[in-house]
Amino acid sequence: MREAGLAYALVLPSLVVFGAFIFYPFVRNFYLGFFRTPPFPGLPKKGVGLTQYREVLTSHDFLNSVKVTVLFAVYTVPTGIAAGLGLAVLAHQKLRGIGIYRTIFSSTVATSVAVASVIFGTLLNPNVGLLPWLGLQTNPSILQNPSWALLAVAITTIWQNLGLSFILMSSGLQAIPDELLEAAQIDGAGAWSRFRNVIVPLLSPTIFFAVVVGSIFAFQSFGQIELLTQGGPTKHTNVLTYFIYTTLQQQQDDGKAAVLAIALFGITLLLTLVQMRLLERRVFYAR
Amino acid sequence: MTEAARGDVDVDGAGIAVSLREVTKTYDNGVMALGPIDLQVRKGELVSLLGPSGCGKSTALRIIAGLEAPTSGTVRIGSRVVNDVEAKDRDVSMVFQTYALYPHMSVQRNIEFPLKSRGMPRDERATRVREAARGLGLEGLLDRKPAQLSGGQRQRVALARAIVRRPAAFLMDEPLSNLDAKLRVQTRAELIELHRRLAATVVYVTHDQVEAMTMGDRIAILDRGVLQQIGPPQAVYDEPANLFVAQFIGSPSMNTIGARVVADSEAVAVELPGARIMLPAPTGAAVARAGADDVVLGVRPEHVRIDGGQLPATVSVVESLGHERHVVCRLDDGTMVIVREAADASPARAGDAVGLSVPSEHLHVFDAGSGRRVAV
Amino acid sequence: MRGEAGVTEGRPVRRRFAIVARYALLTVLAAIVLFPVYMAVVGSLLKTEQITSRPPTMLPTHPTWDSYSTAWSAGHLATYLRNSAIVAVIITCGQVVTAILAGYAFAFLEFPFRRTLFVVFIATLMVPFEVTIITNLNTIVSLHWYNTYAGLTVPFLATGFGAFLLRQAFLGIPRDLQDAAALDGYGHLRFMTRVAVPLARPAIAALAVFGFLSAWNQYLWPLLITKNDQLRTVQIGLRQLRATSIEQVNVTLAGVVLAALPLVVLLVVFQKQLVRGLTAGAVKG
Ligand SMILES: Nc1ncnc2c1ncn2[C@@H]1O[C@H](COP(=O)(O)OP(=O)(O)OP(=O)(O)O)[C@@H](O)[C@H]1O
Ligand SMILES: [Mg+2]
Repeated sequence: MREAGLAYALVLPSLVVFGAFIFYPFVRNFYLGFFRTPPFPGLPKKGVGLTQYREVLTSHDFLNSVKVTVLFAVYTVPTGIAAGLGLAVLAHQKLRGIGIYRTIFSSTVATSVAVASVIFGTLLNPNVGLLPWLGLQTNPSILQNPSWALLAVAITTIWQNLGLSFILMSSGLQAIPDELLEAAQIDGAGAWSRFRNVIVPLLSPTIFFAVVVGSIFAFQSFGQIELLTQGGPTKHTNVLTYFIYTTLQQQQDDGKAAVLAIALFGITLLLTLVQMRLLERRVFYAR
Repeated sequence: MTEAARGDVDVDGAGIAVSLREVTKTYDNGVMALGPIDLQVRKGELVSLLGPSGCGKSTALRIIAGLEAPTSGTVRIGSRVVNDVEAKDRDVSMVFQTYALYPHMSVQRNIEFPLKSRGMPRDERATRVREAARGLGLEGLLDRKPAQLSGGQRQRVALARAIVRRPAAFLMDEPLSNLDAKLRVQTRAELIELHRRLAATVVYVTHDQVEAMTMGDRIAILDRGVLQQIGPPQAVYDEPANLFVAQFIGSPSMNTIGARVVADSEAVAVELPGARIMLPAPTGAAVARAGADDVVLGVRPEHVRIDGGQLPATVSVVESLGHERHVVCRLDDGTMVIVREAADASPARAGDAVGLSVPSEHLHVFDAGSGRRVAV
Repeated sequence: MRGEAGVTEGRPVRRRFAIVARYALLTVLAAIVLFPVYMAVVGSLLKTEQITSRPPTMLPTHPTWDSYSTAWSAGHLATYLRNSAIVAVIITCGQVVTAILAGYAFAFLEFPFRRTLFVVFIATLMVPFEVTIITNLNTIVSLHWYNTYAGLTVPFLATGFGAFLLRQAFLGIPRDLQDAAALDGYGHLRFMTRVAVPLARPAIAALAVFGFLSAWNQYLWPLLITKNDQLRTVQIGLRQLRATSIEQVNVTLAGVVLAALPLVVLLVVFQKQLVRGLTAGAVKG
């Protein structure tokens, strides 16, 4: 079986990487979760069975973190998709120079999380930013303000993802035959009715997909938190990944971090399964 | 623009359902797709817009529908100028080549959509949809999605969606071209019937001349954005306004033979490769009046006879279609002449030297320079 | 006819108004989208004393490029950018090569456990990288790869997404071509390099642009794995720059512009590939 030999040789490089850096660390999380990290370095780790799972997953900090992350997703995902969809629909008309607007609307894909966060961090800065001048200063300043900090991070994120959302929605829109929208026009549908009765239903697979993928992204958000709020004020922006990061880096608590990581995986898996179910049911017409 | 090319209807607008006046269209990329063209469609009339691919048929239709704005000119639906009216507010409906059915809606909802968009009450909608569906034999299919229908059924749903509104005019852009040959003939007949039953005004775009001839009360022939001729099918067939129309209409298409005009004191004759033909008096007079030296003679294949006539030719191919025969001949200078004859006529064979005769009353004379019809 | 001169000549007034309104709306929205970037560019061109002036400077009347040179050398931006470029290029090349190899095997070769292995590849997409950092950090430290290019790149040299994308592209290649090549005496390796790879170029380009973009934008892993300016990538560099020059916002913003510029150029050049990669890549999640 020379062909089989060649095949294994071809997949081997990938498999080595996956094994070493995805599957092994993934599985090891479950093992790490059984051991409690001693309060002082140097003491032996103590096997505690499922106790640590129970403790961490019912702890106030964890529940708060899940709440914050869900809230963050709720702030960012629907708004981001709606904004991308709105811009895509607006840019989907026959106008001279429309390409320039398309480029501008997709331009934020060129920004990274760090770039976006530093820009917004500056704009929202209490000393050099624009808010005091606009008379929108909050006390304490917005990124230190329990009621506003998460929202500020969310706005940064929405802006940074706007380009991606726009591109995704635009290519979905381009897949809708022009004739359908023209037919609707002739059938007497106004702009809103065309949007509501033709565009949205036909785009619903793309939208569902974006909702789920966007939620998965939202649950992995880290950089903007680290740069803008460090989880504060008083854990009001302590999203799951940031929680994992501090548990690992500052508390050096592998065991607890592993349980948190497993929780993150569980949530992602849930979202993926939901997506598969919904997409299956939602692909309701064939071409 | 020649006289014949003008829409031959009064200008005052009574009884006119759709009218284009001096309409031109230049696309943003600089393509001059249309015009200027004039076209009047009477109420209850079916006008076929016929022409080769890319001649501007769809453009004209889309301008009437309001999907495309004319660069200049006036568009009217009824007596109302609609240049400024959006597609959704023009009283027209359209059947697209690809049908453009909403894939996510059932047949019922597809047909209902134009009524719903206009805010018609539910009961009335239901009645109208039922009526339209019955008229097109769609009653059993109302709950299906378009993907679950055959091509012919989809086509009928598209028609139902168009008629359910009872608009001032129907616009159809090659609605049959996605059907197979047999279904196309059948649907063609159904469309004619429907048109009669509803006394509907229809602008029907097609590039199939048989379709245009059989369906149209009048046909309008377009070439490169310019209206070449408009009139009843038989009139256009019998008296094509120019060479383009002459060759576009009819299958096999009209034979054309280059010729020189030879005029003496009594009569006008034309000189062909290997023969000279006297023109009948009125034709000759017209040719003389036009003062052309070079002309193109046109004669339909069914009017040429292989009977030892004065025009020498060689048979090159004989195509038998069963009920008739096309004999392809070549004149001395290589010009091709096709003769259409009954299957039981005396058989000519490839290679035979024959003499053709062309009855002068069936001779069309065109100016060689402009291509325009000269005679009578 | 006479009364309609206004209608027949040129564009009708109402239509023209509607068009102007559309452009106005688009322009306002474009301005909103660009506003943060605009402010960053303006801020980077200001002198230090202008930064805190109120009302804020919206137009740099006396632009100065000083903050750029400060960010470039004193702020180590040059080093950060170089590191990012090295890391992103290594990761991109690695991903493309491993994806071609694996994608080829799944598309063209018959072997036991093919389906199972393919499921394994797809399963990697289900595991967010954040879930694996705990052990990966240990692994990298024990391999003595902490604060090295190897540590920054090796975990990302293969992706299930890339293999999937190229398998799809390879499956689009007609079987006849493979048969013809076999008749010409091509072996698998020659067929792969001479026929399959050139034909799959659009997908490969999409994967490369997408891979480069994600590598360039990485934040969590480089933060965990680097400890000094010699190895930091530009994303982490921005963090450092901000921390060290709180009073010098103009320098920080100059750094932001410099960090974003390479991607702007890349995306302008590879717009089409990017769109293809992103729309396919969104599958990855
Ligand atoms: N949106 C457009 N932009 C630029 N040019 C166009 C556009 N639509 C059509 N054209 C051009 O205008 C001309 C007329 O096109 P049109 O679609 O009206 O032709 P048609 O007669 O319908 O042809 P067909 O039989 O192939 O459908 C063509 O040369 C075409 O390339
Ligand atoms: Mg057309």
